[in-house]
Amino acid sequence: MARTHTPLPDLPPPASTIGMVGWVRTNLLSTPLNVVLTLAAIYLLYISMPPLIGWAILDADFHGSSKDACTSSGACWVFIKARLDFFIYGFYPTSEYWRVNILYVLLAIIIVPQFISNFPRKSWIGIAGLTIFPVIAYILLAGGVFGLTSVETNKWGGLTLTLVISFVGIVAALPIGVLLALGRRSDMPVIRTMCVIFIEIWRGVPLISVLFMASVMLPLFLPEGVNFNKLLRALIGIVMFQSAYMAEVIRGGLQAIPKGQYEAADAMGLSYWKSMSLIILPQALKLVIPGIVNTFIALFKDTTLVLIIGLLDLLRTVQAAYESPEWPDVAAEGLIFAAFVFWIFCFSMSRYSQDLEKKLDTSHKN
Amino acid sequence: MADAQRHRSSAARPSLWNDPKARSIVFQTIAIVGVLLFFYYIFQNTLANMEQRGITTGFGFLNNEAGFGILMSLIPYDESNTYGRTFIVGLLNTVLVSFVGIIFATILGFIMGVARLSRNWLIAKLAAVYVDSLRNIPLLLQMFFWYIVVLQTLPGARQSYNFLDSFYLSNRGLNVPSPVFEAGSIGILIALVAGIIGAFVFHRWAHKQQDVSGKQYPVFLVSLGLIIGLPLIAYFVTGMPISWDVPVLGGFNFQGGITIIPEFMALLWALATYTGTFIAEIVRSGIQAVSHGQSEAAHALGLHNSPTLRLVVIPQALRVIIPPLTSQYLNLVKNSSLATAIGYPDLVGVFMGTSLNQTGQAIEIVAMTMAVYLALSLIISFLMNIYNARKALTER
Repeated sequence: MARTHTPLPDLPPPASTIGMVGWVRTNLLSTPLNVVLTLAAIYLLYISMPPLIGWAILDADFHGSSKDACTSSGACWVFIKARLDFFIYGFYPTSEYWRVNILYVLLAIIIVPQFISNFPRKSWIGIAGLTIFPVIAYILLAGGVFGLTSVETNKWGGLTLTLVISFVGIVAALPIGVLLALGRRSDMPVIRTMCVIFIEIWRGVPLISVLFMASVMLPLFLPEGVNFNKLLRALIGIVMFQSAYMAEVIRGGLQAIPKGQYEAADAMGLSYWKSMSLIILPQALKLVIPGIVNTFIALFKDTTLVLIIGLLDLLRTVQAAYESPEWPDVAAEGLIFAAFVFWIFCFSMSRYSQDLEKKLDTSHKN
Repeated sequence: MADAQRHRSSAARPSLWNDPKARSIVFQTIAIVGVLLFFYYIFQNTLANMEQRGITTGFGFLNNEAGFGILMSLIPYDESNTYGRTFIVGLLNTVLVSFVGIIFATILGFIMGVARLSRNWLIAKLAAVYVDSLRNIPLLLQMFFWYIVVLQTLPGARQSYNFLDSFYLSNRGLNVPSPVFEAGSIGILIALVAGIIGAFVFHRWAHKQQDVSGKQYPVFLVSLGLIIGLPLIAYFVTGMPISWDVPVLGGFNFQGGITIIPEFMALLWALATYTGTFIAEIVRSGIQAVSHGQSEAAHALGLHNSPTLRLVVIPQALRVIIPPLTSQYLNLVKNSSLATAIGYPDLVGVFMGTSLNQTGQAIEIVAMTMAVYLALSLIISFLMNIYNARKALTER
């Protein structure tokens, strides 16, 4: 008579290790040190959060159109609402806002698919965004053709100008950066030395000195009668500076391509430019997309420096607005708003690049 | 046979146009000539433009009287000094804020990087919020925020925050006591140097002893005792020659002590917190790069948590951390030039700003400023490369 052994059903785990209690015990109170740290963190939140929420939301003013509407003790968000057009368009003529709006819509059409995986033809959309879009954008913003009224660049401002500078910076720096990176890896010592000197000089100096140089020295370099406007001078400085950083990112990609690829391209009898453009660069550029996005984030934050040489970017419009006598004591609101706008752009881009990095990572480290 | 060989070698030789060597020489010559022509063109334009505007070239202006005051100076300076001296003042201010900024950013970054990996959920999340928020906001904006919103809204000198009746925080800055060295304080300095040398010697001796006999000595405690204890003894032996000059409120401002100007505080705070976020990420990825098996193996060998961290994890993490850390230091030095936007008198502010506007010597001044930053970058890279070489993996 065989007796089969049937074990008793498992006991439930101790109440202190599962559920809410278990989570708190393992994540907040595991050791005496952690208890102290948790208490300190809670105290920090307790003293900082209630006044902050009170200032920003509970006691804040949201309705109205002038400083008089701000009667409570909290933040005066009316300021942002009243000056929002200025922050977005700068001194762009009100009747021509639609041109800028079209650009924002186009930009959204280009960017949104990049965040959706498996969106059909998204790389083509991206390439169009880097090639055709700048042309359309320039025609729309500057006008002067197709019956559009001409708008001088000194009228451009606000978020629009910030986006223009960063976009031009990245689009123009990319091809120059590719050439510099190839030059730095060239077999020809003269070309290599020139590229190294160019890259290292720009990378060794602060952007601000480059902008100063572009605004005070560039006019001296030009022949008589030729004059660049302030925006173009700043853009030249930024592109030079950015292309050096871009070159280093791309060089990283070139170095990551195995030697066999170069040799195979040579063995196929491809010329240098063919082997680079058909074999090496497509692989290398794909590898460094996260790096390029990171450079773009840095550039996007650095565009704020143009206010030092007198351009009206987003930060400068905010500054001009809170310095005006109609709106006293709203510096905090203005700066927090600007910080929030920059944060949204940079944070979403950095998440995008992190996701890409994960997707492109084919190693088996973890 | 010989004929065949000659035939082959001549066949292997491509035409001149397709010979890689010839082509490379041609291309390089074209590149050199092109660059030279470009610079010659710019040089000619510049000369013509400068002549037209009546600007004289040369560095003679450095000996002219500057005629403007500077908010903060580490060396004696007044309006009658030369432009050459404004250059030095600006340079020292840049070096000061960069140096202190690097120290603060490193401490903050290491704490936050470790905190992000903490097993304490709340601490990890707070550190993550710090990193993800400040990293994605332009530094210039943060600087404005600390300067305009925080420091300028502090109460005036009369209502300043007071700590221990010797530290005062107001919208004029932070006033702290300054040490006054009287006769005999040289002894303390000598004791300090002796302490440092003693600690160094003891460290080497203890290391050698451990290699020979395996016996360990409390190196850290002994060094601490030597470096702090010796100067302390000297301080009392020489009859307490250091006194403190405490700031006192007189009229509308403070007399005595050292005033740390609000521009410096805002710049330093912004630089340290901003760079700290990047260092925190570097530290976090460095620690994560050390595979878990390493600490498991150390535990299996019987090492406790502290020596595991100190002897196994950190040395390996440092190898990953140091190269990107170097570039963050370089960024901090370069970013310190944003000081000019809030009025801190750094090199760019006093030299590339005021001096350039007054003299119009654009080329000389821009070149000098850029050369200084290049030199600073090279020095930092050089020092960090030495440190890196010491920490690098020595494969046997």
